[in-house]
Amino acid sequence: MSDNDGSAADLGWQNARIIRIEPRTATIKSFFFQLPVPLRHRAGQHVDVRLTAPDGYTAMRSYSIASAPDGTDIIELAIERIETGEVSPFFDDVAAVGDDIELRGPLGGHFVWRPADAGPLLLIGAGSGLVPLLAMLRQRRDVDSDTPAALLLASRTWSDVLYADELLVESERPHGMQLRFALSRQAPQRPQDYGRRIDAAMLAEVIGLLPAAPAAVFICGSNGFVNTAADAVLAAGVHATAVRTERYGG
Amino acid sequence: MVTRGFTGRPKGAEPTNRIPPGQHLVDYFPVLSAGPTPRIEPENWRFTLKVGPRPIKTWSWDEFNALPMTKMVRDIHCVTTWSMLDTQWEGVLVDDILADAFIEPPTGFTLAHSFDGYSTNVPTADLTTGKAMVALKYAGKPLERDHGGPARLLVPHLYFWKSAKWVNGLQFTERDEAGFWELRGYHIYGDPWREQRYTSD
Ligand SMILES: Cc1cc2nc3c(=O)[nH]c(=O)nc-3n(C[C@H](O)[C@H](O)[C@H](O)COP(=O)(O)OP(=O)(O)OC[C@H]3O[C@@H](n4cnc5c(N)ncnc54)[C@H](O)[C@@H]3O)c2cc1C
Repeated sequence: MSDNDGSAADLGWQNARIIRIEPRTATIKSFFFQLPVPLRHRAGQHVDVRLTAPDGYTAMRSYSIASAPDGTDIIELAIERIETGEVSPFFDDVAAVGDDIELRGPLGGHFVWRPADAGPLLLIGAGSGLVPLLAMLRQRRDVDSDTPAALLLASRTWSDVLYADELLVESERPHGMQLRFALSRQAPQRPQDYGRRIDAAMLAEVIGLLPAAPAAVFICGSNGFVNTAADAVLAAGVHATAVRTERYGG
Repeated sequence: MVTRGFTGRPKGAEPTNRIPPGQHLVDYFPVLSAGPTPRIEPENWRFTLKVGPRPIKTWSWDEFNALPMTKMVRDIHCVTTWSMLDTQWEGVLVDDILADAFIEPPTGFTLAHSFDGYSTNVPTADLTTGKAMVALKYAGKPLERDHGGPARLLVPHLYFWKSAKWVNGLQFTERDEAGFWELRGYHIYGDPWREQRYTSD
């Protein structure tokens, strides 16, 4: 049962206070929550958020934790506005600093990375699918891990790239990860990046940046993106059991 | 606790007595799974019935498709909070699989196994007497890979992770043995009407 979640006591609902909101892209904002009971999460896990209307109606959605497990009582979520959605537009339009939001976690025992896990590590994300991967990269940095790692991040345009500055800094430090952006609707900004959708040839090149075949691959995004990326990774010769996916439902 | 400024999506004429607590209706079929989507060709497909470690019977794709087919229209509920009403399935009832192997339910618990290594546990009583099937078709068409094709378990009265995709066998066990998600924090039984989402619920 080593893969099990935290203790049952971690899973109660708590009222988390929004203490800071930071716009990240035109459609994605970071929300920083202060928790009465700190979470002992692992990189890649998520929380469930529950909103309650005056008539008692509730809506519940999952959001990956962007912050690394850092022992503090603050977690960061990055929430993308889905125009026709019920919960994400509430966060974009209504939620404000000082509001209390019910959440519980940490949840999910499969899409998780521990610094002690075997490398190399290959991370592939699209849009807000970067969030759980960012938690892994942040923890890798915080514990000064030298596990070789690469991130391939797909976005529409350069202005849609989430946490671009932080990723660039992270890729340039000693022991930083290899970083490639794939922009589907704009020319690449750096010579080593791609101006097309993810494909098998691109994955083979990114895997080639690592000193050995990846021992763990994490892929997160919409279902269509995850399928394309997973097929490309398998085509590059990685075994299916090394590949973990998180699909944001759509 | 009422959330400041949240009213929820305007509710239509939804049959609320069919939507379990904490669930909401969707009008498309979301996809969630833990790894790559397997590609299983009919000639490589097998379905095996086991009691403990002992295989009782194995069917090929053609043999399995020759078993009696049953249609089911059911509401389904995913632990990630989406629900769909009146989904249409066609496949082989677990009862008919057992009958074809000439056995009665041998133990009280079952583990469903999948081609990708996934497993999930269900009490045998929740699989028999017409409650569950191995589904081969959805909405009149062969089940798509994304949704577990060529064949998935369908246990519609439990949260949908119990309806194992890419199923390749049922194993009867003496004890209730936790499956893949059940070992990773999800509820051992998973009744949506009692909101049994996580281990401690
Ligand atoms: C484990 C997990 C982690 C997640 N982490 C994050 C995260 O870190 N950040 C983040 O922004 N989101 C994340 N999500 C997604 C999030 O949970 C919500 O699904 C998302 O915010 C949309 O919720 P909503 O209430 O705004 O939209 P909903 O009210 O749920 O509606 C979504 C709308 O989109 C439409 N739609 C969506 N997909 C499709 C499709 N395939 N076909 C047709 N219509 C479609 C629906 O019709 C609906 O109108 C995560 C999901 C999971 C399961």
